[in-house]
Amino acid sequence: MSYLDNILFAILLVVGFGFFAASVKKIIRNINLGVDVDRKDNPKARWKNMALIALGQSKMVRRPVAGILHILVYVGFVIINIELLEIIIDGLLGTHRIFAPYLGVVYDVLIASFEILAILVIFAVTVFWLRRNFIRLKRFIHSDLTGFPKSDANYILYFETVLMILFLLMNACDLHLQNVPGAVFYKAGTFPVSQFIAPIFNGLSNELVVLLFEAFWWLHIVGILIFMNYLYFSKHLHILLAFPNTYFANLKPEGQFDNLASVTKEVKLMMDPNADPFAAAPVDENAAPSKFGASDVQDLNWVQLLNAYTCTECGRCTSSCPANQTGKKLSPRKIMMDTRDRLTEVGKNIDANKGVFVPDNKTLLNDYITPEELWACTSCNACVEECPVNISPLSIIMDMRRYLVMEQSAAPMSLNAMMTNIENNGAPWQYSQQDRLNWKNEN
Amino acid sequence: MSESLVVPTMAEMLAQGTQPEVLFWVGCAGSFDDRAKKITKAFVRILNRTNVSFAVLGTEESCTGDPAKRAGNEFLFQMQAMMNIEVLNAYEAKKIVTACPHCFNTLKNEYPELGGNYEVIHHTEFLKSLIDDGRLTVEGGQFKGKKITFHDPCYLGRANKVYEAPRDLIQKLDVELVEMKRSKANGLCCGAGGAQMFKDAEPGNKEVNVLRTEDALEVQPDIIAAGCPFCNTMLTDGIKHAHKEGEVKVMDVAELIANAQDL
Repeated sequence: MSYLDNILFAILLVVGFGFFAASVKKIIRNINLGVDVDRKDNPKARWKNMALIALGQSKMVRRPVAGILHILVYVGFVIINIELLEIIIDGLLGTHRIFAPYLGVVYDVLIASFEILAILVIFAVTVFWLRRNFIRLKRFIHSDLTGFPKSDANYILYFETVLMILFLLMNACDLHLQNVPGAVFYKAGTFPVSQFIAPIFNGLSNELVVLLFEAFWWLHIVGILIFMNYLYFSKHLHILLAFPNTYFANLKPEGQFDNLASVTKEVKLMMDPNADPFAAAPVDENAAPSKFGASDVQDLNWVQLLNAYTCTECGRCTSSCPANQTGKKLSPRKIMMDTRDRLTEVGKNIDANKGVFVPDNKTLLNDYITPEELWACTSCNACVEECPVNISPLSIIMDMRRYLVMEQSAAPMSLNAMMTNIENNGAPWQYSQQDRLNWKNEN
Repeated sequence: MSESLVVPTMAEMLAQGTQPEVLFWVGCAGSFDDRAKKITKAFVRILNRTNVSFAVLGTEESCTGDPAKRAGNEFLFQMQAMMNIEVLNAYEAKKIVTACPHCFNTLKNEYPELGGNYEVIHHTEFLKSLIDDGRLTVEGGQFKGKKITFHDPCYLGRANKVYEAPRDLIQKLDVELVEMKRSKANGLCCGAGGAQMFKDAEPGNKEVNVLRTEDALEVQPDIIAAGCPFCNTMLTDGIKHAHKEGEVKVMDVAELIANAQDL
């Protein structure tokens, strides 16, 4: 009978981690729907990026207020998770603070730092909440976030606050029970924050405080498991994906756009004086008919899809976008959100149809992202530069423009004129190539 | 400006059996746009004065394909690229200088994969190297004491991380170099990139160039310095929109250097 708690706890862990593993598997499957792109080169530079940008948060502090507060939450999240290890072992073995006897003073220091971090996290999260709901910073009240994304952001903040409060209440009960006459719990840890909460339990019976302790303990761990499983449905996956995302991010100069290899092949053939223009195309049974550019998520590469899952909708890209600042429809954040939403939809379609995607008469282009948004981009790279985790909305915009132009001939009229000029006379305007050096003799 | 410009072509050089130190890629704007032609000529006057051995492709030059690529037409881009690469490789070009950040970016980053490997530098970097090597000396001249702000072209700055060369040059002029609230990596686009130069803007509440010009006017400069013919056009239009054309000038860094030396 006394093992009931432990068994219940083990079941809870298995269910919690089991569901989470299923979600992770789906994410990996969906990311792999993208076309291949080689991002295994130069591992040294990639590890460095990950260490500086994800682990070191170097791009976060470009905006110091949000950056420093974010570091508090991030450090709190990482460090307080050490305590989670003890909680899990205690839960499985039915022990109480199993690490305490082995760590001695180190344990006191650890518990004390968890508590201080917890209160700092509550502070940071409160400021974040105020920035979203009270100060109403422009990027947080932007139309991109209408509906679920707005609630999602607040749910995450509430979750984090509740988890931290439960953690502190749990410690406060513990401290109270360590100090009552005939000490129910043995002395372990120092409690710089919850020592101020503990007195509220004075006068309550020991049995009741033990009950409260257990309630807080269980709610805390159950809360963490729920939060972990909420990630998949929220914008919050960045806490995990920021690491692979910064590792696999583009290392080339931001101005360098990829040259489509399929086009290179065709152009080379076209320019080869020895090529027989009437020869039948070489038959390659395995080659999929090539499509130029992207109209749906399966045409994007897997790094772009990883980008979409990593985006946490902070909106720094959109707030730095010249098109968005001047009232155009384009929002780089929306490009990423749309890509993720469409990818989720395609994933659900595959789940519902036994592992095959059944066309649903929808595409990322038009049903999610309109040509008007795509044509508003100046390719200035401000969004790429701003992203704290090296996401590139620009690469998706360019791939979709390629589809519009090369598959649908759907460029704006004026751009067609520009391209015709380049084809005919080697300049975007209607000047003859023979006049290219005329400036030399003009005054 | 009485002395005429000496502008040899690669073909003439080849006929004489010589190779220039550097190939000057003029670009479409530099060749055809009235405002940009002045930048081209200012740069050539400096090259002539400092006896730099250079040559242009002249009528053999063609669009790098940048606007086609940014508009999504990869076919047209690669056709332009391969034709240009054939010409450049035939002349065994090694080092290319250009006053257009779009040509600069494309030649430097996107041509190598297609067979065009050159050392490509922006004209502000080239001018900086002339000063560093003692081949060009610069004094403030007519600009001494003036307030100048530099607008970072996206394809020079963020795209290729060249932030200092144009600023170093401006500072040689004994001027007050002031930074806009958004500069270098945070610089705001002029609105021309990504083929926007060749189309109307999408509906919005403001033009990008007007917004960027407001940034510049905020620091109350005498001159807005640019390093790109397209930024130059956009900012000049922005100045006109703000009715400040009498007070504020938009000039390329090469023009500043050339005019300071009364070239």
